[in-house]
Amino acid sequence: MLTVAMPKGRIFEEAVELLRQAGYDLPPEFDDSRKLIIEVPQSGMRFILAKPMDVPTYVEHGVADVGVAGKDVMIEEERDVYEVLDLKISSCYMAVAALADYTPQKDVNPKIASKYPKLTSDYFREQGEQVEIIKLNGSIELAPIVGLADRIVDIVSTGQTLKENGLVEIETMIPITSRFIVNPVSYRTKAKQIDEMVDRLAEVVSQGGEPS
Amino acid sequence: MTKLFMFEKPQGMRDTLPELYQLKAEVKQAVSKEVQQWGYEAVETPTVEFNETVGAASAILDQQLFKLLDQQGNTLVLRPDMTAPIARIAASTMKEAERPLRLTYDAPVFRAQQYEGGRPAEFEQIGVELIGDTSSSADAEVVTLMAASLTRAGISSYQIAVGHVGFVNALLEEILGTEARASEFRRYLYEKNYVGFRHAVDQLPLSSLDKRRLHQLLRLKGDTSILDEAEKLTESQAGKEALSQLRSLMRVLEEDGLAEQVMVDLNLVMHMSYYTGTVFEAYSNGLGYPLGGGGRYDQLLERFHDAEPATGFGLRVDRLTEALGKVKKRPVKDTAVIFSSERRRGALKEAADKRSSGHAVVMQDITGISDVDAFTAQFNDVIYFIGADGKGGR
Repeated sequence: MLTVAMPKGRIFEEAVELLRQAGYDLPPEFDDSRKLIIEVPQSGMRFILAKPMDVPTYVEHGVADVGVAGKDVMIEEERDVYEVLDLKISSCYMAVAALADYTPQKDVNPKIASKYPKLTSDYFREQGEQVEIIKLNGSIELAPIVGLADRIVDIVSTGQTLKENGLVEIETMIPITSRFIVNPVSYRTKAKQIDEMVDRLAEVVSQGGEPS
Repeated sequence: MTKLFMFEKPQGMRDTLPELYQLKAEVKQAVSKEVQQWGYEAVETPTVEFNETVGAASAILDQQLFKLLDQQGNTLVLRPDMTAPIARIAASTMKEAERPLRLTYDAPVFRAQQYEGGRPAEFEQIGVELIGDTSSSADAEVVTLMAASLTRAGISSYQIAVGHVGFVNALLEEILGTEARASEFRRYLYEKNYVGFRHAVDQLPLSSLDKRRLHQLLRLKGDTSILDEAEKLTESQAGKEALSQLRSLMRVLEEDGLAEQVMVDLNLVMHMSYYTGTVFEAYSNGLGYPLGGGGRYDQLLERFHDAEPATGFGLRVDRLTEALGKVKKRPVKDTAVIFSSERRRGALKEAADKRSSGHAVVMQDITGISDVDAFTAQFNDVIYFIGADGKGGR
């Protein structure tokens, strides 16, 4: 039995689609499910549906053997798991954004709001800038508008949300895609099943990479 | 900081209550027995060492060390592993002892946890060090002994992955040219970031053949036939040498009947940077973390001014007990002798007789118990010495 941790929300549909393309026969209940656990006995698999930020945690502790997690989460969480495959889905990037009239000179006491305190702190330290980080759990765009922080660090996919809130991107940080991650013990004790899954997914990913 | 509640313990510190203690004791006894029957002699080292010596040699991240100062202002650490202290002994107080030296230990080590629970900051390690023997038989002995210890402890199904740091280093250096670049790629392996590894390979100005060789490295995992694949990738002397060591190690392990349990994984790069040759890790089905591991560390003793080859393994007692499954139900206690003070003498004699025949006997003054029924319910056998006369009763 292989336990797969799947991220709910934005990445979920794309990840399910990818698994289906890889030949995994997932039941229709996947498409509208409020269940937290879905068993697929015919393929010897069990899916747990978790918050995206929590997927690497489940995999690290071994309660899930493998999982799908965004690179943003991987950097933020620094979990001890194998990152074996770039699934090239849910492509977006991390960026620093601020109100249109933001200038660094005005920023005497730099404050950055983000859902990713660790990633943000590491990034600015590498840039040689000391900043204070305000951790928020969502609607990060609010922070500069209401004056909680001067800049924000968040994932950007189309830039639409930033634009609608009068924010502009001032720095592009890193590209983000979803990754296939594996628990270090499962990688050995369930090597056969996992290697096969990686190969099948890699096949689909490489086909998707070519121009259609 | 908020005011502490009186029941709180520092992050990652755990209590061991009787039921778990019992299980732990059984595991430790089984493993110690096995390693001592292989002729390893037990040693103890201090809990506190100098940061500059053992702390630095241990290769544990600085932020994971528990540090304190002594009266002279030296930085001390709670030992974060046992291999470095034993290297210190072997290089100093046991420098003159006959080689090869076979030592074993069973001791708690300390690694501070920064973020969250689920990981103990203090855990017991039980292991061996085999010092002064370069032969691949020494490597095999250590792996075989680890396997035998796991079996003795009652772990029925386990896997051991075996790799070779020397092979990885040789391959990376022969393709990438410089040690600096090689260490960048080793870091990706150590961080288990294969995506980053492949991406970095693709960025390099290398021939497509060399890129293929590096990509190929990530697939070197499986049975002994993987070593043939690996042979095709490396041209350097060091790489070939590493593979031939692995080959003879695998041969011995197969002869020892471990073919089913052992697999080759040439991407196994351990978190301890002092490993130089073969490395291995043990896993049990159903437990998300390795049970333990080890390998060859031929340069660690040099840091204590005594260049000598060595190899060893360490098993984590907490993970062994976890892998063995849930703690058994609270065991029924053996015997209670409940007495009133005027009959203490008879009770004492009865208890002594029982003890000498191998029973564990609790002596309890009746006036010290508030609920006799609840108290006696814990015991298999209860003997009463109560009242002015008459004999003991049950």
